[in-house]
Amino acid sequence: MASLLPREQLEEALRGHDADYVEARLDDTVTNRVVYRGRDLEEIGRTRSFGGNVRALVGGGWGFVSFNDPSDLRIRVEQAVSQARMVGGEPVRLAGVKPVVDAVPLTVGKDPRPLPLAAKKGLLDQYNEIVWSTPRIASSNIVYSDAHKRVTFASSEGSFLQQERIDVVARIAATGRKDGDVQQASLSLGALNDYAWFESLHDQVRGLAKRAVELLDATYVKGGTYPVVLDPVLAGVFCHEAFGHLSESDHIYENERLKELMVLGRRFGQPILNIVDGAAIPGLRGSYAYDDEGVAARRTDLIRDGVLVGRLHSRETAGKMGESPSGNARALDYRFPPIVRMTNTVIEPGDLTFEQLIADIKEGVYARNWFGGTTSMEMFTFSAGEAFMIRNGRVAELVRPVKLSGNVFTTLMNIDAIGDDLGYNQGGGCGKQGQMPLPVSNGSPHIRIRECVVGER
Amino acid sequence: MTEHTINLARRGGAEQAEVFAAETEETPVLFEANRLKQVNRRQTSGLALRVVKDGRIGFAATTRADGVDELVAAALEAAPFGPEAKFDFPPSDTYPSVDVFDPAVDEVSVDRMAHLGQSLIDALRREEAELVCEGRVRKAVQTVTCLNSSGGRFSYRRSVFTVSVGGTLVRGTDMLFVGDGDSSCRPLLDTKAIEESVARQLRYARTTAAAPSGEVPVIFTPLGVAGALVAPLVMAFSGRTVYQGQSPLVGCLGKEMYDRRCSLWDDATVPFRPPSRICDDEGVSSRRLALVEDGVVRSFLYDLQTAGLAGATSTGSAGRSGSGPPAVSPSCLVVAEGDTPLADMLKDVKEGLLVEELMGAGQGNVLGGDFSGNVLLGYKIERGEVVGRVKDAVVAGNVHRALRDLVAIGSEARWVGGALYTPPLYFPRLSVASKS
Repeated sequence: MASLLPREQLEEALRGHDADYVEARLDDTVTNRVVYRGRDLEEIGRTRSFGGNVRALVGGGWGFVSFNDPSDLRIRVEQAVSQARMVGGEPVRLAGVKPVVDAVPLTVGKDPRPLPLAAKKGLLDQYNEIVWSTPRIASSNIVYSDAHKRVTFASSEGSFLQQERIDVVARIAATGRKDGDVQQASLSLGALNDYAWFESLHDQVRGLAKRAVELLDATYVKGGTYPVVLDPVLAGVFCHEAFGHLSESDHIYENERLKELMVLGRRFGQPILNIVDGAAIPGLRGSYAYDDEGVAARRTDLIRDGVLVGRLHSRETAGKMGESPSGNARALDYRFPPIVRMTNTVIEPGDLTFEQLIADIKEGVYARNWFGGTTSMEMFTFSAGEAFMIRNGRVAELVRPVKLSGNVFTTLMNIDAIGDDLGYNQGGGCGKQGQMPLPVSNGSPHIRIRECVVGER
Repeated sequence: MTEHTINLARRGGAEQAEVFAAETEETPVLFEANRLKQVNRRQTSGLALRVVKDGRIGFAATTRADGVDELVAAALEAAPFGPEAKFDFPPSDTYPSVDVFDPAVDEVSVDRMAHLGQSLIDALRREEAELVCEGRVRKAVQTVTCLNSSGGRFSYRRSVFTVSVGGTLVRGTDMLFVGDGDSSCRPLLDTKAIEESVARQLRYARTTAAAPSGEVPVIFTPLGVAGALVAPLVMAFSGRTVYQGQSPLVGCLGKEMYDRRCSLWDDATVPFRPPSRICDDEGVSSRRLALVEDGVVRSFLYDLQTAGLAGATSTGSAGRSGSGPPAVSPSCLVVAEGDTPLADMLKDVKEGLLVEELMGAGQGNVLGGDFSGNVLLGYKIERGEVVGRVKDAVVAGNVHRALRDLVAIGSEARWVGGALYTPPLYFPRLSVASKS
């Protein structure tokens, strides 16, 4: 790809300021979006978003300036430097990294960009028709988008990077209705740099519509504490929500009490529990070569054999905590400074088959698929898209979707068995400090939680 | 630029066209770990184009100043696949005068903003020395211009000033989160109310109390109403969900659905509140629209397209978020205050909850009006007194049913987040599930 501004121009603008560090980032994104609500196409169109920012560090403070018009870049840098100077305070020391000059080539599977809008809409028509041909369906909702993003990054330390990516995502939901009762089933899917998967969802959509209707006849689970088995999608969301956010160092690095709580070497789970995060795990929604501070992506062990061994860093948090930067500083787009974020967060597989996981459960819940989730760091709550009872070691009747809730620390300790499979959820977008949806993926095998509070909605 | 874009679209075969341009200049000043951390400045400008060609709508948006040709081409390319247009863009109108701009906002210096945030954080830390605070003081000026092929044209300026603060108190694995804020079109230079609100949260949460379980009386503070009840309620009043048959209020116009003391307005004419405006984002005049009056459902919210589909009239409720096309959205929501002071509500409760924030409240069947969430910040009421913070309890209910059965509506209404004005609400029984 071509640089979004000539390299000389960027470097010239960053040179010779009275600042500890200065960087500029530009991005240019073209997004195609098609939305169906019910039988009607609600929205179809294209958005082009181009802009840039400058971030400057002087002493203990940051100045950040963002803009759509990249002319007068040098003046923007001066503005950011003078803003940073206003902050003052104890000096910030960024963890050192080697400056990198690189242009990362884009490797695309099936490319959505040359395809006519008619082809994409045609597929959505087919999927919507499948939903509506299912009896007792009351409504449907399909959102498709593909976004091609190109980013150019330059820093006063000499880094100059060019990267691009294509995010293809779809969310498909079907609503069933019987009398006054309404039930919804949904799918959130996505992939990095590939459109092919979106062309073959017919069976999944059929299953989804069927599920929305079946739920109308399902009963509620009786609220209480159960052994719970999570499928890879839901286990991945659990791991992201319940543990992942705690491992983001910007929550911790200036809070002495949280530092004590998140001290390396502390036991968080049973010896079977291993969790990693890394943008260097290739081909997933959270994958990239360099983060938005120009730090090369890597793979970070967070929990090894149940013990906290690592965390996610920006250059600032790593510098302050005396650890190495992990390549996790990410910005949603040019309007935002990078903050510490997850990438691909994975619970590593164990050695139990699904049958073995559920074999000695007399009465429990098998919760599948993701509907939503949130955490306060101490407490979590997340919703399954579908759920079954487990009775006497077997998957039994379908029940209405459940909500799982509890204390993060207790629940992580309660993970007592881990399956031998591995599945990824690539349809999610993570939100933090107003930056949403940031592409991430979660991966996990089936996992068992010894006891978990299950609510009926 | 806007006129040129309309002409290009017409030349490309569009029967109708509309250009919406927004320019924003904002300065957020951010605090982390009790101190000033970052001074930002953000300039954004963008153009959004809607065309109607052969009766169908195409949409495109760009932030590139040199991207007009591309913008027009993209909208015209989308139009053949777009929804059938059920409206004409409105010609010029005489709009009401609604004050949303105060030049004093932009005149507040960054130093002053830094000082304002720091003194708020310092005051809270005098209340609780171990509190770790983050905060944000932000000023912004936005210019909106819209032009359409029917001769419609409007333009206005809006200023916004926001102050918000959040504090975390960690003890072992126990974490307490407190916070509040406000937003206005005028400078908010007095943060006393925010300070008092957070100080009260800290006071109430000083000790922990066992959560009640079962069907118990629950009082929602204005923050609690904003966080848990408003989203499922307002969704039911969207003309779009009503038209699609997904709202529980389908067929309920003119019917008494809620307690007679309940009244709710969508009011885009409240002076100096950030969502206020002379007209909506399609150029339809702003008004004070009764959604519920004395418990009776009076109106739903419509934009032009939804009104056209439903055989209704636009209520001036088209809003745009980011660079997207207009969609039905509320402006300022105003819940009528009642006559019961919070102190009297508390006195009335033998055993119950006072809720400030539910976590995950929007995850359930929001469309049907359900809310359910873990109490992130809430307190136990025992024999008329707040006796401590409650943890690990899930409050659940249905907002439409709950508003039929109210004990009292509070007399102390306040603005929450600049867009909602609400009193506390006191429900006789809601389901609370807790570990105990």
